[in-house]
Amino acid sequence: MFQSAILSQSVFRAALPAVTLILLLATIFTLQPRAMSVFGINLMLNLAVPIALATMAQLFIIAINDLDLSIGSFVGLVACIGATWLNDSPLLGVAALAACVLAYACLGALIHIRRLPSIVVTLGMSFVWLGLAVMLLPTPGGASPTWLRQLMSFRAPYVPVPIVASIIIAAAVHYGLMRTSYGTILRGFGGNPQAMRRSGWSMLRATMTMYALAGLFGVLAGLALLGISTSADANIALRYTLLSIAGAILGGCEFVGGRVSPVGTVLGVLTLALAGSALTFLRISPDWQVGAQGAILIVVLALRAAVARKES
Amino acid sequence: MPNDKEPVMSPQSVIDLTGVTKSFGAVKALAGVDLVLRSGECLGLVGHNGAGKSTLMNVLAGTLAPDAGHLRIDDVELDRSYSVFRAHALGVRCVFQELSLCGNLTVAENTRLLHPRLRGWNWRKRAAALIGAMLDDIFPGHGIAVGAAVADLSIAQRQMVEIARAFTVTDESLRFVILDEPTSSLDAATAGQLLAFVRRQEARGVGVILISHMLHEILETADRVVIMRDGRVIASEAASAFDREGLVSAMGGLSHQQECSTKARSPARSSEIRVRAQPSAPGNRRELTARAGEIVGLGGLAAHGQTDLLLSVFRAAQRRSPTVSVSDSVALVAGDRQRDGIFPQWSITQNIGLRSLKAMRRGPLIDPGLEDRFAEDWRARIGIRSADLKDGILSLSGGNQQKALFARALGSDARIILMDDPMRGVDVATKREVYRLIRDEADKGRTFLWYTTEMEELYECDRVYVFRNGAITADLDQDQLTEERILHASF
Repeated sequence: MFQSAILSQSVFRAALPAVTLILLLATIFTLQPRAMSVFGINLMLNLAVPIALATMAQLFIIAINDLDLSIGSFVGLVACIGATWLNDSPLLGVAALAACVLAYACLGALIHIRRLPSIVVTLGMSFVWLGLAVMLLPTPGGASPTWLRQLMSFRAPYVPVPIVASIIIAAAVHYGLMRTSYGTILRGFGGNPQAMRRSGWSMLRATMTMYALAGLFGVLAGLALLGISTSADANIALRYTLLSIAGAILGGCEFVGGRVSPVGTVLGVLTLALAGSALTFLRISPDWQVGAQGAILIVVLALRAAVARKES
Repeated sequence: MPNDKEPVMSPQSVIDLTGVTKSFGAVKALAGVDLVLRSGECLGLVGHNGAGKSTLMNVLAGTLAPDAGHLRIDDVELDRSYSVFRAHALGVRCVFQELSLCGNLTVAENTRLLHPRLRGWNWRKRAAALIGAMLDDIFPGHGIAVGAAVADLSIAQRQMVEIARAFTVTDESLRFVILDEPTSSLDAATAGQLLAFVRRQEARGVGVILISHMLHEILETADRVVIMRDGRVIASEAASAFDREGLVSAMGGLSHQQECSTKARSPARSSEIRVRAQPSAPGNRRELTARAGEIVGLGGLAAHGQTDLLLSVFRAAQRRSPTVSVSDSVALVAGDRQRDGIFPQWSITQNIGLRSLKAMRRGPLIDPGLEDRFAEDWRARIGIRSADLKDGILSLSGGNQQKALFARALGSDARIILMDDPMRGVDVATKREVYRLIRDEADKGRTFLWYTTEMEELYECDRVYVFRNGAITADLDQDQLTEERILHASF
């Protein structure tokens, strides 16, 4: 009985993001059957890919019990770099993006060595990223490199590309973080840092790796967003910060304890992206959409907490 | 120990500690330890709370650097560079008392943390096979799925995983294993499986240090028994030289009884009963009672239900409880000063006055004059050494911070004071002052419930209840109180 209780809880935890997404899709397809097409899904999930990448960046940080409040303005900065330097002189652009990833790794080192709260450091950095982006691109504009625009507007005949891209992102992060042996070490630092130190692993190295990965996925998110919108603006992705946290939590990650789920997180992002469409089909004004996303989050978290309490 | 210096045969390995010391602030955890462990030997290590066993094990495992002394393994002198990695490479493993598994990882993944070699293609399968086989070997019929997350296992299962993990071998050979309270969460049958396995390992030439409060386990399993007390090794002899009684009395050393029997106290037998509490542990048949003017000690080994009882009394003062009845107001002096006691951002005055804000009110506000006078009064009475009470509480030394917490409780209107081992890491002079203060307050009719892990403090009490596994196992009046009796009831 004990065994089955544990089983049912872990199954529930894993299934919750998928069930939420299916319920939402069912609602949408009932309200608007014409959305059930490759074109319809492409349209509804057009912006899901950059959000999914940014949420993966957040997931790496959450996995070691930190929180990144700067990912939104960082994605905006990357988009600005992409729309200016990367377009005009690709070499400079690539170097600048590499420097961004390196800066993230250094932030991780700073947070670990000085024992600073990650929330404070990343909140401060969010203004730094935003300021740099405004200096680079004072008014909205610039242009996406052609290859990037073509890549992001690629459409296959029978399958919705955003769904395929989401599956690839989920599979790649799942393999790297959940299946490889160094990914296990990295997650171990979220579970019990003291035990990891006692086993002789370097926490500095793990923290820097996780922050560098977050920086890398932030860069990918910025480029994906630029490819879709074809021009950039420093404020283009500010709401990604909270969306990424919401997506990760909706997908079954926890703020402490190193429990993360890349697959669930991608499902959570798709849910958040579709929530807007569902409300449009319900003829609810867009003003309410952010609030509705919050409401979905509260309902799902309440469900999870209720089940956890019942099991214990 | 004349035969400790015998020449060593080549296949045999030896760990040799000489003169190891380690201090934490004012507390001397290890005061010069000499210890020898050979391969193929099981050494039982016993001692009362705070004897230094766990500190010694941390030094051996490479997680704590000693302040002084030598650590040699096979005549190789290990200096400051000795670390966890070095220990592993030399085949030294440790199972710590507080579990060190990552809850978010599976059993197999936790095994990987210990073995840098488990990587590359198919590492998950190899890790799962390694830990699965070891679990089957040590605990047949364990029922643990190696793919389950550790957080989903019971405490006993986690302990089994932790033990099995320490015995797994990839490339470096296993030579010494230190088991610190390995059976604390295991039932008798599982503990028996472990001890049988330890004997099998011994036969294969592995050296084992077994630390346990279960003395029968030590006597049945160990070849040699080492007794520690106050950071020193006080005895090291073949296990056959001891029986249970012998071990207990050797641990206790000299009796304190003489010095205390002179302290005559009027027994408060007739005064009203203020607290009645029944520990909720199964098998407990005794009830704790505390009267007005009485100092009641809660003894026994650390974390055997004493704090739980204090907290249940504290809760019962606010809300009715079926097992505890409390007839008066209660104040608690916390044990973990930094976590549960002080408010680090506040001044000394504010920290002292916190429990008595109602008495210092004028209208809806706190009267600063009254607050200052209150703190000043207690500074004089309890002797807090501070330049200015307006300074932050952290400007005080640890002992004086503790005095401020006593002032907070004693200055309040509470008639019952609960103390959760509050004297940890406090110097002797301060302790004496506080003992006197407690006695004075008891004479004025206050009731004290005092959980302490120090034998000396139990002698300050009028009556002592000894706890084991959450139940009361002895109820001793002051004239019956001896260290031996307490130790007997604790084990």
